[in-house]
Amino acid sequence: MQKKTGVATFLIRYNIFLMLALLVVASTLLSDVFLTPQNLWNLLRQLVPLALVSIGMLLVILTGGIDLSVGALAAIGAMVIAMLLPYLPDQAAVGLLTGIVAAIAAGALLGAVTGVLVSVFRMAPFIASLAMMTVARGIAFMMSNGQPVRFPRDTGAADLMRAFGSSAVPGIGMPWPVLVALVFVVLFVTLMAQSKFGRLAIATGSNEVAVRLAGIPVARYKFLVYVIAGGLSALAGVVATARTAVGTANTGFGLELDAIAACVIGGALLSGGKGSVVNTMIGVLILGLIGNIMNLLSVPAYPQQIIKGVIIVFAVLLQNVSGEAKRT
Amino acid sequence: MHLSMLQIDKAFGGVAALQGASIEAFGGEVHGLMGENGAGKSTLMKVLAGAYRRDSGEIHLDGKPADITSPHDAIAKGISVIYQEFSLAGHLSVAENVLIEELGKPGVRVQWADMVRRTRTLLADMGFEDIDPMQPAGELPVAYQQVVEICKALSRESTILVFDEPTAVLTHHESEKLFRLIRMLRERGVCILYISHRLEEIFTLCDRVTVLKDGQTVGSWPIDAIDQKSLVRHMIGRELSDLFPRRDAVIGDALLEVDGLNAGPMVRDISFSVRAGEVLGVSGLVGAGRTETMRAIFGADPVQFGRIRLAGREIVNGSPGQAVANGIGMLPEDRKHQGVLLDLPIRVNAMMTPANPFISALGFIRNREEIAAVEEIARGLRLKSAGIDISAGTLSGGNQQKVAIMKWIAAKCRVLIFDEPTRGVDVGAKIEIYRVMNELAEAGAAVIMVSSDMLEVIGMSDRVIVMRQGQIAGELQKHQISEEAIIDLAMGTEA
Repeated sequence: MQKKTGVATFLIRYNIFLMLALLVVASTLLSDVFLTPQNLWNLLRQLVPLALVSIGMLLVILTGGIDLSVGALAAIGAMVIAMLLPYLPDQAAVGLLTGIVAAIAAGALLGAVTGVLVSVFRMAPFIASLAMMTVARGIAFMMSNGQPVRFPRDTGAADLMRAFGSSAVPGIGMPWPVLVALVFVVLFVTLMAQSKFGRLAIATGSNEVAVRLAGIPVARYKFLVYVIAGGLSALAGVVATARTAVGTANTGFGLELDAIAACVIGGALLSGGKGSVVNTMIGVLILGLIGNIMNLLSVPAYPQQIIKGVIIVFAVLLQNVSGEAKRT
Repeated sequence: MHLSMLQIDKAFGGVAALQGASIEAFGGEVHGLMGENGAGKSTLMKVLAGAYRRDSGEIHLDGKPADITSPHDAIAKGISVIYQEFSLAGHLSVAENVLIEELGKPGVRVQWADMVRRTRTLLADMGFEDIDPMQPAGELPVAYQQVVEICKALSRESTILVFDEPTAVLTHHESEKLFRLIRMLRERGVCILYISHRLEEIFTLCDRVTVLKDGQTVGSWPIDAIDQKSLVRHMIGRELSDLFPRRDAVIGDALLEVDGLNAGPMVRDISFSVRAGEVLGVSGLVGAGRTETMRAIFGADPVQFGRIRLAGREIVNGSPGQAVANGIGMLPEDRKHQGVLLDLPIRVNAMMTPANPFISALGFIRNREEIAAVEEIARGLRLKSAGIDISAGTLSGGNQQKVAIMKWIAAKCRVLIFDEPTRGVDVGAKIEIYRVMNELAEAGAAVIMVSSDMLEVIGMSDRVIVMRQGQIAGELQKHQISEEAIIDLAMGTEA
């Protein structure tokens, strides 16, 4: 075994954090507005839907699957909450909560369908979730004949929803959606590291045959991750709607690809068994920062896509290099 | 033809597979190459075949130094290897497989008529006129696929031919046919290197034998200058009796009884029982249905009919989870792919059980208690590792096998099925695994050991059942167990 110097090991192990730091420094130097609380909170607020979806995507990827339907399920969440708002009970908080739970349930239900296809019918996750992606998007469009659904003016729930999307936690200036994302990050970090579910989901992706031969009901865990991914995606759709105060069936278009990118930048293996929630969140931040700094520098949209693609490739190459280094 | 490989070294990531291995063989002889699993036989042959580059050492062909740089180069120099896993393209015809190199030559049109004619000549030459050159190779029986491989080597006019355990997949009759073919090749002056674990074969077929141990050559003898006992001693580096630790188990009542089990074509009407404290050896040729039988008992494959009783009570193992709940654990034959989660920590591996007692009602792990329990199991097994949080893949083969056993100890299994438990581990690790099996038996467990290693079946078993073509061919009590008796049952050669 080759001994590396401490610095090299450090650089390799924490390369993703260093990349984030590098991007922050570069952004600060390139733009005066970057390092202002307003820009930063705004950036984080925009990233909340991607963060939620990426957590779900990571769980699926950890079991060795993939879920292409997360973006479409976000649209389902957005449409369900927007269309329910006028009918929710008068009490603002209770009403809104009912609506959000209904939206999450809708997402989880559709996720469960994908989960059954994958775990019971042994369908390839790519195919099952591809089918769910088009079905869910179709349902989202049919719900309002493709028309955007504006929040009603006069209900308590709608007002609370708008406030949730635009205001911040008093005192620290943190937008409410960011707090929600933070809660879920902490929840899933704990779940993956400390619970039976997390351990067995990762083990399933690491070597499904061995886990099955250990007597573990593998199908249960393969099913559950799609349910969770579906629920989180719908919640992401709710959050996205709160920001714009209008529900559209276009919500989350292409979000699945950004979520996969975030997981991969964060070092997750698409074959399963390896990946972490924290690193995936760093991946989300890196993706967000790239977009943010280019916007601040007024880089036009088309070249932005090219630059983003190139950066993803480099991030993953770097992950491969560090992966090799850790193995030998 | 005169081949000599001198002082060959080869290491993989710092682990030496060969350290100064040498072999010398001549045209017109069948040269046996023997050694334990992991002794370096296959590595040495892969160096010869150009699949691996040697780190140091010399290879001479007919006295001239030869640097074999790639498999292609080896073929050009007249060296061909018949591997255990055939390298045939199953959907292509026999003729295309035999002459596959010619398909890569320039030109657009495939000369079908010519290819078929030449293949037919080659096959007829070997006495296998009945193989149709146009038949897809994958449709042939295994023995004939091997013939196609040999034919492929002959089409290249190979002067050195390596066989890597060729009879492992053959029936008795097919083996006889193969031996005739090998003798014919010897008459033609081909140099044949023959790897095998079967002592009998080596003594009937080979002219000389070279023994490898721990990557080094122990020695080389004309076959009539050595006997079976000393050959084994050279292979394992100690007396055979030292390989198997003593067991002081009290054999009790029947713990697991299998009655008329049927599960597909490879598991037909299987009935046997194992007692508490007993080690039951399960022998037979590769493909005799041993693994399939164990998988069916463990609930990994569906059972058509048949009954399983545990301590007299009838049980149903519809899934591995149910089998474990009933107290039956199985170590699969393919340790790296089925037995251990290589990328995950030892602790996770040890607690990979359907019912982990250290999970709270909310589904969270009670770390302190779990760590203590896993460490205790690791101590009991004398697991050598730098802690229980390192990944299982960093351990040696023997210790990985111990990690695979840990979960069944944690699950308090009373019946343990070991499928090829010592495949690919060195002698020291073997003894450790035998010791673990002994301790399990001494603690009152019933141990079933499926093994292709004749020495270990004879050395470890209280009783042996032999399988042939999906059925039990016979049962041998302790005093009846011998290599001849097992092979007779396994191959179906009537007395």
